[in-house]
Amino acid sequence: MAVILDLAVQGAQMLLVLALAPLLLGFTRKVKARLLNRQGPPVVQPYRDLKRLVRKEAVLAENASWLFRCAPYLIFAATWVAAALIPTFATGLYFSWSADLIAIAALLGLARFFLALAGLDVGTSFGGLGSSREMLFASLAEPAMIMIVFTVALVAGSTQLSDIAGFMLSHTGLRVSLGLALVALIIVAIAENARIPVDNPATHLELTMVHEAMVLEYSSRHLALIELAAALKLLVYMSLIACIFAPWGLAESGGAPTAYAIGAAAFLGKLLAGGFLLVVFETSIAKMRVFRVPEFLGAALMLGLLATLLLFVSRSF
Amino acid sequence: MAVAAELWGVAGLLAIAVGAIAAQRLSVGSRLVYLSCLLVSVAILVVACDTFLFGVGAPKRLVLPIGLPWIGAHFAIDSLAAFFLVVVNLGGATTSLFALGFGQHEEAPGRVLPFYAAFLASMNLVVIAADAFTFLFSWELMSLTSWALVMAHHHDPDNRAAGYVYILMASFGTLALLLAFGLLAGPAGAYAFTDMREAAHADWLPGLVLVLALLGAGSKAGVVPLHAWLPLAHPAAPSHVSALLSGVMTKVAVYGFVRIVFDLLGVPQWWWGMLVLVLGGITAVLGVLYALMQHDLKRLLAYHTVENIGIIFIGLGLALAFQANAMSWAAALALTAALFHVLNHSIFKSLLFFGSGAVLNTTGERDMEHLGGLIHRMPQTAFVFLVGCVAISALPPLNGFVSEWLTFQAILLSPDLPQWGLKFAVPAVGALLALSAALAATCFVKAFGVSFLGRPRSLAAERAHETDRWSLTAMFALAALCLIAGILPGLFIDALAPAVTVVVGAHMPVQGSLPWLSIVPIAESRSSYNGLLVFAFIAGSASLAAYVIHKVATGALRRAPPWDCGYPDLSPATQYTASSFAQPIRRVFGDVVFRARETVTMPLPGDPTPARLQVTLRDLVWDVLYVPIGSGVGFAADKLNYLQFLTVRRYLSFVFVALVALLLVVAIWP
Repeated sequence: MAVILDLAVQGAQMLLVLALAPLLLGFTRKVKARLLNRQGPPVVQPYRDLKRLVRKEAVLAENASWLFRCAPYLIFAATWVAAALIPTFATGLYFSWSADLIAIAALLGLARFFLALAGLDVGTSFGGLGSSREMLFASLAEPAMIMIVFTVALVAGSTQLSDIAGFMLSHTGLRVSLGLALVALIIVAIAENARIPVDNPATHLELTMVHEAMVLEYSSRHLALIELAAALKLLVYMSLIACIFAPWGLAESGGAPTAYAIGAAAFLGKLLAGGFLLVVFETSIAKMRVFRVPEFLGAALMLGLLATLLLFVSRSF
Repeated sequence: MAVAAELWGVAGLLAIAVGAIAAQRLSVGSRLVYLSCLLVSVAILVVACDTFLFGVGAPKRLVLPIGLPWIGAHFAIDSLAAFFLVVVNLGGATTSLFALGFGQHEEAPGRVLPFYAAFLASMNLVVIAADAFTFLFSWELMSLTSWALVMAHHHDPDNRAAGYVYILMASFGTLALLLAFGLLAGPAGAYAFTDMREAAHADWLPGLVLVLALLGAGSKAGVVPLHAWLPLAHPAAPSHVSALLSGVMTKVAVYGFVRIVFDLLGVPQWWWGMLVLVLGGITAVLGVLYALMQHDLKRLLAYHTVENIGIIFIGLGLALAFQANAMSWAAALALTAALFHVLNHSIFKSLLFFGSGAVLNTTGERDMEHLGGLIHRMPQTAFVFLVGCVAISALPPLNGFVSEWLTFQAILLSPDLPQWGLKFAVPAVGALLALSAALAATCFVKAFGVSFLGRPRSLAAERAHETDRWSLTAMFALAALCLIAGILPGLFIDALAPAVTVVVGAHMPVQGSLPWLSIVPIAESRSSYNGLLVFAFIAGSASLAAYVIHKVATGALRRAPPWDCGYPDLSPATQYTASSFAQPIRRVFGDVVFRARETVTMPLPGDPTPARLQVTLRDLVWDVLYVPIGSGVGFAADKLNYLQFLTVRRYLSFVFVALVALLLVVAIWP
């Protein structure tokens, strides 16, 4: 009985992230439009887009291979699994131990690996451009992420997100290393989600585009899956930041239904707050040149390394 | 029993080597040789697996009355040796299987077949050798046979140059090992490993032996800055031999290092760990950065061997550092990570070299700039090559991720180390390891994307066809192993426990009995990973998504010309190439690491000559270390050349002076 309940909670988490991801995207777009004095599309527009996309006939480039057709499913699956393993409204979910933070970062890496390959598959210059730049950003963002993981793991004594969240809840107090890690994580999150100033999510037909250039050849259900995966990735990073640095309201495993409800409400609140802050940041800054991005990400890597070094020197930093 | 069986196997391989000289003339000669190599390797593999999995209480020993007089040739198999025997013969068996098909295309089988079998035999001998003489003899045999294989296609001047550099470095490495064993054996000449272990050494001696072992075994394994020969020699050999050189011979070198440093030297000092760790970190990052700059597929793979050796040495360095501080449980974790990576790398690197061999065979091209679109012509090879790429890029759920994950877990234990040097070095090495993993993913997106995806860039790539069934069987077997080791790592970690116990006296907690077959290196509250579940989740979610979309929405599909923002380019030359893919990385890292310079020559308006972009990359290790040594030797040789043409009288006077000098030394010596 308890197992069934645990599985139900785990299933609820999987459905919750899937359901909320487009909403988060719609919300950021709406807020951004309002900040720019535009009306903006309705918040539910991403759902409508997805619905429309999956119903359409797929148009595939003549020389697209099986990899091009399989990649969207793999990208979506890897991102979804990563999202399902992060404590969003409750810690200690039934399968939460099956991957720790390093593995979650690597799952996102797997999704990116296939996305970059898909960009190269048709053999167009835009696709290659996008893949090449995406992998450049990833080569710096991934080590920065690992350094952040080190920092958090050394503070909390664990790489398991549930344990980290539990530790953060019980040991309040400001730490230099965690502050550095937070800044680094925000930088990584911005870069990984192709947001301004690294990439512009609203751009098409621009020489600076990265993410959009890779998915140019996709259409219909394949595109829908990739868009959904991108929305999930934004949600992953927001829940990651929320889970590590703002774990308030997270329900314990096996808690009462009210605790779960509070956790879910808190999660929604955190997402909206995070989305709002992201958009305010985006609208107040200009996009960078591509070759400034490595410096931006290098800063995250150095911050992460500094935080880790501080913790190696003394655990009290 | 096991040692005798192993020696019979070696004898069998040597007999095949002799037989191959005769068999090369037969039309089925190469098939026959590779088939018998396959059978013998499988037989040895079975014996080794049996010894490795079902335990050797005490190490099994055997002394043969050959070799040095009064000492004999000692052979022994303990769990560590048994593990490396598994690695060697797994590589040997799959390579022979691959070569059953691939070897048919060899134009000069007489230059490959005898040395191939002898090479396999010599690697087995190194692992079971239990005295210094036998070890060095087998090591040198391994060097010479592999040199002969590197020189198999000697008509190409590049291959001859590679062979020359290789034989030089191999001799240097053997010299360093000779000195290391000389120091260990001491004035009494205790050549057997059992005597060396028990001997009491002076304080300064173990440190010196460590450095010599690092030079000797490290040069064979490809540790920076001793890696220079590796990316030249490994690609020069026929592709199945490249797989053996990269996948297996470098592991034999790692075995030599572990045997000398962990086993024979006794308790380590902390700076050993520091030295090995820092060298490993530098090796990993430089290896992958060099690999990113390559557009020759086989050379790219060879540079990745350098990277992976770096990762293995990071694990070994951590194990030494923990061992020096009597944290043997942490050392066990670090060493398990290193040994697991040894196995993993031997699997996926062999797989990738096989794939590159299959491509080379059908297209005649190693240069990725002339490939492209092979996924349509060689779908099965493309699939297994992709599996290898995912595995080597340390992505879940395959095996490369597990060993890197274990290394990261070992790094997270190191704040407990008391030495300040280590406290600063370990996080930096952790960052280097993370950087190399991310760059490896970039590099393999490039390698797979440019060679197998896109549109064909040459006629040869357009006319490529799928490779033969033997080769495919070997590649699929290795790809399956990548997956099995990735999703059931607990079983492999448990199997490694006896080998780790032999070396550091402790082993990781037993993993096999954990629920859902997950792995928990220290405690569940610290970290855990379950490859099986992650794999099942990914497969399940992907299938679910595909099913739901096809069922609820539509599965309709139409083919159309590529869109490319409305401006589709007609020529395949407009695709991203290997160089253009790596250009951003070159701009970011190349300035410091390679002193990369770009010169653009723009013709004046009206001048019809084409504009040129020239990129120069310098290999700093080569420039700083090898070129000065080379020119120094050349200078000395020029000066000494004068001694070649003297009269007998002068030569006799030289002899006289030398004799007087020596006698003086003896007289003055206390």
